[in-house]
Amino acid sequence: MKRIELKESEYIVMPAKILEARMMTAQEKYFKIALEGGFSLDHEPGQFVMVSLLGIGEAPISISSSPTKRSYFELVVRNAGKVTNALHKMEAGDSLGIRGPFGRGFPVQILEGNDLLFVAGGLGIVPLRSLINFVIDNRRDFGKVHILLGCKKPADLLFADEIKEWDKRLDVNFNCTVDKADPDWKGNIGLITSLIPGVNLNPKRTFAVVVGPPIMYKFVLIEILKKEIPEKQIYVSLERHMKCGIGKCGHCQIAQYYCCKDGPVFSYDQIKGNQEAL
Amino acid sequence: MQQFTILQKKDLDAFISALAQSQKVVAPVARGYNNFSFSEVSSGKEITLKYIPTILPPKKYFLPTQETLTSYNKRENALDAILEYEKMIIFGVHTCDLAGIQCLNMVFADKPKDINYIVRKNKIAIIGLECNDYCDEYASCCVVDNHLPNGGYDLFFTDLGDIFIVHINTMLGDELVNKAAVFKPADAKALRALELLREKKRSIFKAEVKVKHEDLKPLFDRSFEHEVWKDLDKRCVACGNCTNVCPTCYCFDIVDEPNLDLNTGARYRRWDSCQNEPFARVAGNENFRKERSQRQRHRYMRKFKYPVDKYSRYFCTGCGRCSRTCMAEIRLKETINELAKGAK
Repeated sequence: MKRIELKESEYIVMPAKILEARMMTAQEKYFKIALEGGFSLDHEPGQFVMVSLLGIGEAPISISSSPTKRSYFELVVRNAGKVTNALHKMEAGDSLGIRGPFGRGFPVQILEGNDLLFVAGGLGIVPLRSLINFVIDNRRDFGKVHILLGCKKPADLLFADEIKEWDKRLDVNFNCTVDKADPDWKGNIGLITSLIPGVNLNPKRTFAVVVGPPIMYKFVLIEILKKEIPEKQIYVSLERHMKCGIGKCGHCQIAQYYCCKDGPVFSYDQIKGNQEAL
Repeated sequence: MQQFTILQKKDLDAFISALAQSQKVVAPVARGYNNFSFSEVSSGKEITLKYIPTILPPKKYFLPTQETLTSYNKRENALDAILEYEKMIIFGVHTCDLAGIQCLNMVFADKPKDINYIVRKNKIAIIGLECNDYCDEYASCCVVDNHLPNGGYDLFFTDLGDIFIVHINTMLGDELVNKAAVFKPADAKALRALELLREKKRSIFKAEVKVKHEDLKPLFDRSFEHEVWKDLDKRCVACGNCTNVCPTCYCFDIVDEPNLDLNTGARYRRWDSCQNEPFARVAGNENFRKERSQRQRHRYMRKFKYPVDKYSRYFCTGCGRCSRTCMAEIRLKETINELAKGAK
């Protein structure tokens, strides 16, 4: 058996440094990361990276920041497994490895010039934020923007400060709901589906982008289809188990698609009736 | 370059021994009752020429059960990409397994290319061996069109009694033949005998299931919700034997293993199986193929539907290994016939 070092390999990681780290909720930690050597990640909104911790392993994590921020990128990670557990113990100044960006992101070129309806449930705001902030940073290139946000309880709300800013903006129609309120909560109470009927939109020129937990899609999509938005104009981002990120290892397969390569963003048109998808 | 050459059967030993002098040669070797495996040999005498598909297909040389992808040093925050390979000759590969290698080649050459696989594959010479008759009742090579050679080899041996007629398919094959100096030019008689054998094979090998080659894909297109999957759910024990022995199953896991110094270590790629319960489970415990019926269906769809859309080719080679190895007696031919029966 011969063993040689490869100069090129899909499994080489880029060294990166954590610039900032803080708990965002009881379960989710925020990381601001920069690649070593001043390189830009150069991702598309909706793509993901493999975060690599030596001796522990790799995990696929959605990129939460807009590519308009070129000197760093942001991740929000729930402590849910071996790698994310170790990641939660890391702080500013610590080093980690990055592979990627991977996958097909949101079709920004197609969305340009159109009205947008963003629907995020729970952790769905993490990947969707990359697109929302991209749109806000290029606000003039898009039509009307509606953002609907839902989570279980007020304490689960991610990017709370930033969301306040979205709410204040004149050029964004923002609405938020929680399943279960606490005494300080002044907003809506109820499932995210309850916010959709009230949105005033022109279905012909509106693109809907929906990201949330698997259970959410069915119900939200019913409400969106009631608004008569064409199936081709609805996009979702799906979560799957991933190991390689390059469409080989098989873990993320959704019927004929590899979620890591053909997704994670799919149009509803593409996966409609695909029982493995939704 | 002549296309065909002849090797006296008695000279096979000399040929293999000569090859083994200069490099590693692996070939089918008997391993107890009706079991065979590809193993290293140093002479032709160790080889079993008439064998049923080996326990593991030659896939194990192209995509090892475990291989190092990277090695790391934590203190130095360094990670190096590693390639492990071995130059070898595989002798005696049946047409079903040649097809399996062709399938893997397509997958790993698909962009982004898997360099580890591509380099390793190019270091392996392949010598095929024709099946003159069925190996056993589990094989279904004819319906997937793999009972006759369709390329994918450097040399291809066909047993014609006292001689092998050998098809030289590549320059590498030609080199092996020339170096051995035991081959004779093929005469008209041998070529005629090969033709007759192929003709005879056409009458022996018949579609092994009640579905025609071109109807397999449409059958699976409409069988997503067939009751057969529920039946498999009750029987399957989710051991993953079927995917391990499959020549075209390539799913893998990637794991880090620290050395005892806790500073250095390696990232390995290991065979994984979609039949294992955690295979499609994400952090937070959502499992996208929780039921065994879903996982069995997935396995079949990955042979007869998904790759046909993507690579225009069935990824079942008809070798019969999954049926032979299944403890719950899930038989591919039966499954297909059941699907064909009640096309729901």
